[in-house]
Amino acid sequence: MTPPLSTDPKHHTLSVLVENKAGVLARVVNLFSRRAYNIYSLAVAPTDDERFSRLTVVVDVESAPLEQIVKQLHKLINVVKIVEHDPRHSIERELLIATVKVAVADRHQVAELTRIFEGRILAVSNDALTVSLEGHPAKIDDFEELLRPYGIAELQRTGRVALNQLERESTRLHAVTSVRGKVS
Amino acid sequence: MQLNGGQALIKALEMEGVEVIFGLPGGAILPVYDPIIDSPIRHILVRHEQGAGHMAEGYAHATGKPGVAMVTSGPGATNIVTPLADAYMDSVPMICITGQVATSSIGTDAFQEADITGITQSVTKHNFLVTEAADIPRVIREAFHIATTGRPGPVLVDIPKDIVGPTNPRSAMEWYWPTDAEVTAGLPGYRPNTTGHPRKIKEAAELILAAERPVIYAGGGILKARAAEALRELAELVEIPVVTTLMARGAFPDDHPLCLGMPGMHGNYTAIMSMQESDLLIALGSRFDDRVTGKVPDFAPLAKIIHVDIDPAELGKVRRPDVPIVGDANLVIQELVKTIKALKAKGDEQPDLQPWRSTLSGWQEKFPLAYEQPAEGDLLKPQMVLEALRDSAPEDCIVASGVGQHQMWTSQYWTFRHPYTWVNSGGLGTMGFSVPAAIGAKVGRPDRMVWAIDGDGCFQMTAQELVTAAAERIPVKIAILNNAYLGMVRQWQEMFYEERYSEVYLSPDLPDYVKWAEAMGCVAFRVEHPDDIQPTIDKANAIDDRPVVIEFRTDASEKVFPMVAAGQSNSNVQVPDFQRTPAQAAQKETPQ
Ligand SMILES: Cc1ncc(C[n+]2csc(CCOP(=O)(O)OP(=O)(O)O)c2C)c(N)n1
Ligand SMILES: [Mg+2]
Repeated sequence: MTPPLSTDPKHHTLSVLVENKAGVLARVVNLFSRRAYNIYSLAVAPTDDERFSRLTVVVDVESAPLEQIVKQLHKLINVVKIVEHDPRHSIERELLIATVKVAVADRHQVAELTRIFEGRILAVSNDALTVSLEGHPAKIDDFEELLRPYGIAELQRTGRVALNQLERESTRLHAVTSVRGKVS
Repeated sequence: MQLNGGQALIKALEMEGVEVIFGLPGGAILPVYDPIIDSPIRHILVRHEQGAGHMAEGYAHATGKPGVAMVTSGPGATNIVTPLADAYMDSVPMICITGQVATSSIGTDAFQEADITGITQSVTKHNFLVTEAADIPRVIREAFHIATTGRPGPVLVDIPKDIVGPTNPRSAMEWYWPTDAEVTAGLPGYRPNTTGHPRKIKEAAELILAAERPVIYAGGGILKARAAEALRELAELVEIPVVTTLMARGAFPDDHPLCLGMPGMHGNYTAIMSMQESDLLIALGSRFDDRVTGKVPDFAPLAKIIHVDIDPAELGKVRRPDVPIVGDANLVIQELVKTIKALKAKGDEQPDLQPWRSTLSGWQEKFPLAYEQPAEGDLLKPQMVLEALRDSAPEDCIVASGVGQHQMWTSQYWTFRHPYTWVNSGGLGTMGFSVPAAIGAKVGRPDRMVWAIDGDGCFQMTAQELVTAAAERIPVKIAILNNAYLGMVRQWQEMFYEERYSEVYLSPDLPDYVKWAEAMGCVAFRVEHPDDIQPTIDKANAIDDRPVVIEFRTDASEKVFPMVAAGQSNSNVQVPDFQRTPAQAAQKETPQ
């Protein structure tokens, strides 16, 4: 079964700045389940300011209007700030690691694929290969898609993280970022 | 000043101006009960923790001040979950202090351990698990700040035993009291917005001045914002009729010529239809609850919506407003009044509202609240009991009710002339609310007469608190409308399940309510004949030193009307049979 694409247009990425206090993640997750909103992916980590953590939540907006989700999240006392990332104006990244079952004879094909995607080979055994790839979630989707026929033994994705794109004064620089955006 | 955590907790409550705590002790909260002996705060010992919670709510409803309940860990804490959920649904400011096992035992399934902050996450505005004695004053201040500002609500503070134990080194702390600025700084994610956006207020004012069939849809937020006076000024300024939801009864006087009374599932015909036909709904502190809107796509189809609420999440949750205004109802209404006056001074004129008024008064004439008088020898009609209670009570009497038919009749037949005279469980619909809530209200307003109108089913859920009332000399009055049934459920089974009555019969005389009430230290009466209604009420009203219970034997077949069946359009409101035109009655027979 093919998993749903992480770049589904119904998905929205929310970056939620929360107080770094016990139980805050549970509050956020509880709110989603209680109000019947679907979380597609969730990444959590402390920020540069130790008082706060940032959750990057990809929500499935089919399940509820985004506006309600954001407003309800805001009602949590420990939620400090919410930014919705517009995919066109944000930088999104995700990490995938996967172990692929592959006979020695075919190993080079997976290695080649990984090289094309600028991923890395983390471990090799007689009949398997563990690879990693960091990049835009759409690129990760593509990679996953192409790995699948070889036989994925285990696969783990981190869920995406996002930051707003820098404001670019110069159009030339902007062009550079957008080109890079395409590659990644 | 060195204190232990228990002393600090009680001192913090004193600093917050707490006059009374409703509670019941146990192992984990024991250390906090010791300093209560030396505190000026009154403690009322309940017989079940649910009672403590509803008393705190009743106190808050009647006084506007946060109610405080204190219970032990584990079962004490889980027993108060229902009142917390009730307070959350009805935005009642309330503080609940729960004992917890020692910090070192948390997570070990220790005796009487319950993860109460986890359990109550979705039924509190916020909750805290305090792990250091030094945090107690700060957390208590934050808890009161959160409970009483913005959209009010319950806040739970869970206190492990070791940080309050008088001899435990972990409980030693240096007393301090945080400043307002420190409280704000400690809550970086909490900044309720109270002032409405001026541009939106202007837009709202313009819509109001242009509307031909406007209705003010006043909700419980009017009471929470203490905006009853402002509401009246607004309504009178533009002569717009007002409906008051179940949570807003008393927010606008029922005897005011502009008052249309309660809308919704059991609202009166005019209130319901005024909203259906209106071209502008001015929703003030109301939340488009399903009991008010009926089937949402059919609700007030022609109306533009101005929606004022302190909680941004309410705007657009059910119905998208044309003019959303986030803010405190009192402040926003005052600004609206100013803006409208300014526009009027500039020459803006309202359309003639006379046609609208005559439509409304036509409905009022044709479909007043009404019931059929009992035939000789029949059981009492609940409505006539309520009319007698109402007409015998002082006009500032506080009325609490349970949940069921008796609640709807009370809301329909009482005349609420003042804010904070109606104490009721609206959002959660908690049976058993009225007895403890009435006790809490009486504690908060000892100068007022307090009646609880209860059902026989509800009474059996929390009656034990009358022992509390008798012991503490809290002279509340309870009217049990004993119809021998879980009447509201019976009504649905009669109307929607082909009169198949499943598990709704309670018996009129098991228990014997008079003996039971007497055993609990109350004066008790039973009324079976219409002639005894008035004299018995007079006797009850004359008693002021202990609780009184009157059991009224009422007619089980009486149904609450008008009624909008669940999920139906409000336009399909059913009036009682005797008010139907023959055509309507015929239409009823046709299956839809
Ligand atoms: C705690 C709780 N349990 C069940 C219900 C469902 N319920 C709503 S009204 C009602 C009947 C109430 O019976 P009674 O107190 O006798 O009032 P009546 O309707 O007869 O006036 C029931 C069971 C509820 N609201 N609350
Ligand atoms: Mg009953």
